[in-house]
Amino acid sequence: MLKEYSYEETAVQTFDDKMPLAMRTENMQVFYGNNHALFDANLAFPKNQITALIGASGSGKSTYLRSLNRMNDGIATVTGRIWYHGVNVNEPGVNIYEIRRHIGMVFQRPNPFAKSIRENIVYALRANGIKKKDELAKRVEQSLKGAALWDEVKDNLDKSALSLSGGQQQRLCIARSIAMAPDVLLLDEPCSALDPISTVKVEETLLELQKKYTIIIVTHNMQQASRISSQCAFFHLGHIMEYAPTGTMFSNPQIPVTQDYISGSFG
Amino acid sequence: MEQTNFQLKKQDAQTHEWDTRLHHATKATREDWIGRGISYFCIGIIILVVASMLWFITSKGIATFTQNHVSLWKFLSGTDWAPDQGKIGALPMILGSFAVTFAAAIVATPFAVGTAIFMTEISPNRGRKFLQPVIELLVGIPSVVYGFIGLAVIVPFMRHLVGGSGFGIISATFVLFVMVLPTITSMTVDSLRAVPRYYKEASLALGATRWQTVSRVILRSATSGILTAVIFGMARAFGEALAVQMVIGNAAVMPKNLISPASTLTSQLTTGIGDTIDGTLPNNALWSLALILLLMSLFFNALVRVIAKRGQLKHER
Amino acid sequence: MNAKRMDLIATIVIDLIVASVVGILFFLLAYILSAGLPHVSWSFLTGATDAFSGAGGIGVQLFNSFYLLVLTMLISVPISLGAGIYLAEYAKDNWRTSLIRSAIEVLSSLPSVVVGLFGFLLFVVKFKIGFSVISGAIALTFFNLPLLTRNIEESLSAVSRSQREAGLSLGLSKWKTELGIILPVALPGIVTGIVLSAGRVFGEAAALIYTAGQSAPVTNFADWNPMDPASPLNPFRPAETLAVHIWKVNTEGLASNAAALSAAASAVLIIAVLLFNLGARLLGSYLYRRVTASK
Repeated sequence: MLKEYSYEETAVQTFDDKMPLAMRTENMQVFYGNNHALFDANLAFPKNQITALIGASGSGKSTYLRSLNRMNDGIATVTGRIWYHGVNVNEPGVNIYEIRRHIGMVFQRPNPFAKSIRENIVYALRANGIKKKDELAKRVEQSLKGAALWDEVKDNLDKSALSLSGGQQQRLCIARSIAMAPDVLLLDEPCSALDPISTVKVEETLLELQKKYTIIIVTHNMQQASRISSQCAFFHLGHIMEYAPTGTMFSNPQIPVTQDYISGSFG
Repeated sequence: MEQTNFQLKKQDAQTHEWDTRLHHATKATREDWIGRGISYFCIGIIILVVASMLWFITSKGIATFTQNHVSLWKFLSGTDWAPDQGKIGALPMILGSFAVTFAAAIVATPFAVGTAIFMTEISPNRGRKFLQPVIELLVGIPSVVYGFIGLAVIVPFMRHLVGGSGFGIISATFVLFVMVLPTITSMTVDSLRAVPRYYKEASLALGATRWQTVSRVILRSATSGILTAVIFGMARAFGEALAVQMVIGNAAVMPKNLISPASTLTSQLTTGIGDTIDGTLPNNALWSLALILLLMSLFFNALVRVIAKRGQLKHER
Repeated sequence: MNAKRMDLIATIVIDLIVASVVGILFFLLAYILSAGLPHVSWSFLTGATDAFSGAGGIGVQLFNSFYLLVLTMLISVPISLGAGIYLAEYAKDNWRTSLIRSAIEVLSSLPSVVVGLFGFLLFVVKFKIGFSVISGAIALTFFNLPLLTRNIEESLSAVSRSQREAGLSLGLSKWKTELGIILPVALPGIVTGIVLSAGRVFGEAAALIYTAGQSAPVTNFADWNPMDPASPLNPFRPAETLAVHIWKVNTEGLASNAAALSAAASAVLIIAVLLFNLGARLLGSYLYRRVTASK
């Protein structure tokens, strides 16, 4: 039986003006029809850091993540403001395709296109007007190296992406995203469908990538959050209960619900 | 102080730049407008086709009553069809159509259900490998070929068996039986496959034989699906033109028995429409027959929906 | 004991039913092929028809059937593709969509003779185009659209949502995602559907009798200018197809060997339809292997 926790008692950190931020949400609410799925989400994401969103399933963390690059358009109603480079991108007039180019996303299950490895990366680049062969080849190599996949596939770039292993497919999806040169990368439980060895590889990749990108990752694996993230936000039944530096969150959680979740009494 | 100011200005400029960039229409937005336009246009064509088809055939079909002032009742109940003499009783064709449709469905249903039971319950393996292609081939054979075989095999056979010309309702029934068989069978297979496995397992576990399970559990819970299949088959039989026209004899008289020449709505239409002049009573009368066909097709369609809805309700309960 | 006996009887009855269904198909095929194939020769396949009696070869009819098929597909595939994408991607779940779906269902359940009569009314009576290839092709399009649209929609919808999300998350437009990402994956199913529908179109006669007409004027196969009246490509000439020819020879043909003629033509028609069915399977599974890169 799940205990009742007060939603009044939260501990969400804020940042002062000196901290450069990549994104920020203000009073974000998400509704699926009449179902209020996310309440008053106020979070800010420091540049070039990994922020982990943790919480039990159904806590609203994936919903929150998918709203950041407007992937919930047509699925859910999202209100409130999403600040990105000083622009509120949660507005009707905003070009959602442009937002998604700058805020990339990797999903729970690897979803490479049914095309060759090279074509997986090149397809969206070409659609965005990059036509030069050497430029495309350069991007393929850079992004595959960035996703730590280059050495494994460099001789087989024309092989079908579906012939790769699950872990390789997921890294290809990461490569595909970073080839677009985004500045924020959203990852929705990217390792939940992977074996432990592939998981380690993806984590190493992410740690490397935070030098260039701001990374926001949803995970239900607390070890993973503590291994890779600098900040950690805890979601509970649609409310953000606590947001703190990862070290603090795991060693010294501020409120009872976080303490109980981290000690494993539910979730 | 100055430096902060400078920084703020720089930030403002950057925000402005991002603001324009994120609000600007790009290739992707244009593509989406074009794509939306194309797909709306295509669906629009289909809607237009359906609407104009309903409109044209209806307006042509009611001309008999509005322009030639034939009474609807006389049209539906009259037994004399001689449009050039002003006699337009459509009952012979209506009866003919219903007779061949029901007869074909009655003959085909046991065969279809039996085959479907074999394919799903008795030997699913052979069913998939062997019977599935058989059914698909039967669907694929063009209706003129069915008509030709009817003409070359069934009509002479009936002539030998009972005398007369061999043309008639019974020959048409045979041809339609083979034509609707695959339709009913494949849809029945689908509905039998949709019966949850545990129904069957529960029944077998209680010691019921396979036939008891099939007849009391599986067929019963698939009833609405099978009914839908039969109606689809009937709709196909009702609307089939050439195969029937080739073997029924095309005599627009009240069917006295099953072995003398008769006619259906479709056979009368195929034979007649080319020989009449647009706008005249004989022509309008034929369009009225087409309107009956159209309405029956809509009726079968509605019937399927009602049954599907009932079936759903039953499963929810 | 009684139940077991009943079970045995039922099984035997069902086995007999299945045997008779299989028997019917084999009888049909065997009859057509044995009665028809002996009369099929190169001169029959390419020769001209005697306009009065209907005797002679089926060269022009065969060409007409293929020509009509190609034209029909050229018109109906793009429209069904657009409509299928609309239903799979843009249609919202509301009353308007369900009305559209009902309209498509109604169109697909209309008897082909009604579709043909509508084409006749529209093109021959109203627009005065006369019995022509183009009238026939459009009538066949009406008849083909609903099934093809549904097949394309189903094939597109069967592609996993995650593929759509992948495309959208890279900033691709919905349209580009659908055409560039989803369509290639759905292609095996779509191609299978198209080839199967080609088989149906090839064998269809009722929709053509009063649109493409029942006469096959001798055409000059050396003249490929579509504007010339004698050219086989001229879309405004009447064009009796093979299926219509079979019907016509049987109902009003005066040829002394009508039975042999139509058996031969039926055999050709059946073989063509069988090839379409087989082609649909082979092509579908070949494309499927290519798309999924499985061996």
